Amino acid sequence: MRGLFGKILKTPVVTEPVAVAEDDRRIETIGRRIEERTRKLIGRSLHIRQVDAGSCNGCEIEITGLLSPYYDLERFGLHFVASPRHADCLLVTGPVTRNMAEPLRLTYEATPEPKIVIAVGDCARDCGVFKGSYAVAGSVADIIPVDVIVGGCPPEPADILRGILTAIDRLPHHFGPKRGTK
Amino acid sequence: MTGYLLEIGQALLALLLAPGLTGLIRWFKARLQGRRGAPPWQPYRDLRKLFGKEVIVSKNASWLFRFAPYVIFSTTVAVTMLVPMIAAPLPFDAIGDLLAVVYLLLLGTFFLALAGLDPGTAFGGMGASREMTVAAIAEPTIALAIFGLAVGAGSTNLGRIVEQTLAHPGAVINPGHLLGFAALFIVMIAETGRMPVDNPSTHLELTMIHEAMILEYSGRYLALIEWAASLKLLIFFALLSNLFLPWGVATTLSPGALGVALIALTAKLAALAITVAVLETRIAKLRLFRVPELLGVSFVLALLSVTSSFLLK
Repeated sequence: MRGLFGKILKTPVVTEPVAVAEDDRRIETIGRRIEERTRKLIGRSLHIRQVDAGSCNGCEIEITGLLSPYYDLERFGLHFVASPRHADCLLVTGPVTRNMAEPLRLTYEATPEPKIVIAVGDCARDCGVFKGSYAVAGSVADIIPVDVIVGGCPPEPADILRGILTAIDRLPHHFGPKRGTK
Repeated sequence: MTGYLLEIGQALLALLLAPGLTGLIRWFKARLQGRRGAPPWQPYRDLRKLFGKEVIVSKNASWLFRFAPYVIFSTTVAVTMLVPMIAAPLPFDAIGDLLAVVYLLLLGTFFLALAGLDPGTAFGGMGASREMTVAAIAEPTIALAIFGLAVGAGSTNLGRIVEQTLAHPGAVINPGHLLGFAALFIVMIAETGRMPVDNPSTHLELTMIHEAMILEYSGRYLALIEWAASLKLLIFFALLSNLFLPWGVATTLSPGALGVALIALTAKLAALAITVAVLETRIAKLRLFRVPELLGVSFVLALLSVTSSFLLK
């Protein structure tokens, strides 16, 4: 017992500030711009439902990293939830397989408005190495409307975090084209 | 008249403080884990957002599903009026005593379990069955633990108990008091879905109890249930601190005494929140089939508390 709390007292807060890249090529914002009302509503409290639409689990491992003390996504009021009914944001990974196309559509419908969709990884963007496979129904954008795409195979947790913050217009110093009003 | 105003003020204060209490536990836990964590006021933002969101109801759900959140919320608010928080003899003490508190809370739990069953999802039913298992053992223990105090005070009225303990401060180190405190603390953990019994931050449906029942809720219904859940935590903290350590509770309705009572209440709640956060950092969740053992221990402690109160009276 002394060991655990001794360690806690010795270890400082290890959370790192969000690094800002000069040119975020990995994060694409497409689709509709986030409305001012939506930004006010979910900007400081975003509940995320992660949907694996057929990924190799590489992206999932990176997403798990977001919960670590190092990246700590909860400091921005972001939180992973267990049900699409509780969610404001769907974080979709992987090429959408034929089996997952319908569940993905249903998950989107089960999420209450206002909602945003973030596609994570090269597979979610354009099916990646699985492009053209008979088992793949298409990219995430072919099935449901996508707001932000985070590229990379797999993307780093920092990229995913920046992607989420871009989607709700909260990236501290945004070098890319400005979206919405500050 | 002032008493009734104070009664309403007390309920409003509890409603206002409750989300912050949950936030404080989460923030302190995050700090212990070396994270920066969400600020303690994050639950207020979550609630505001949920009230502004669309409500989606499963087409399999009946009227009960829409009705239950209001029952859960209103029973919990009603309980805040019966629990002594800042002042002790209040007019509503005549309306409901300890038994009213226990069974109003149980009514909320009952409707939550029904709402979990109603849409017919697998996890909802599983959560409801678990919640009932825990509640069946936990509810009598709440009553019994406080009966230990009631025996000493000669009344099951919570306001009277606080008054009596203030009048006889030596009673606090009675074995009846100490055992009752331990019993109520364990039951508080089980009833509010905190760590060794339920994991409040779990994402895994198979380990859920409270979360599993509310998976189908969205928007303002979810907000009401979440708010009621943090209110329930505050009620248990208030019971633990004010029944067993009543110092600070105002016995006169002067502004000075009420100010002191307010500060004392906040300090006690914060101290309990930090205790729970430290405890949750230290211990792992219990296997579900061992939960009845833990609750059995708390029941025996409560029974001993009542027995010793009788013998030492």
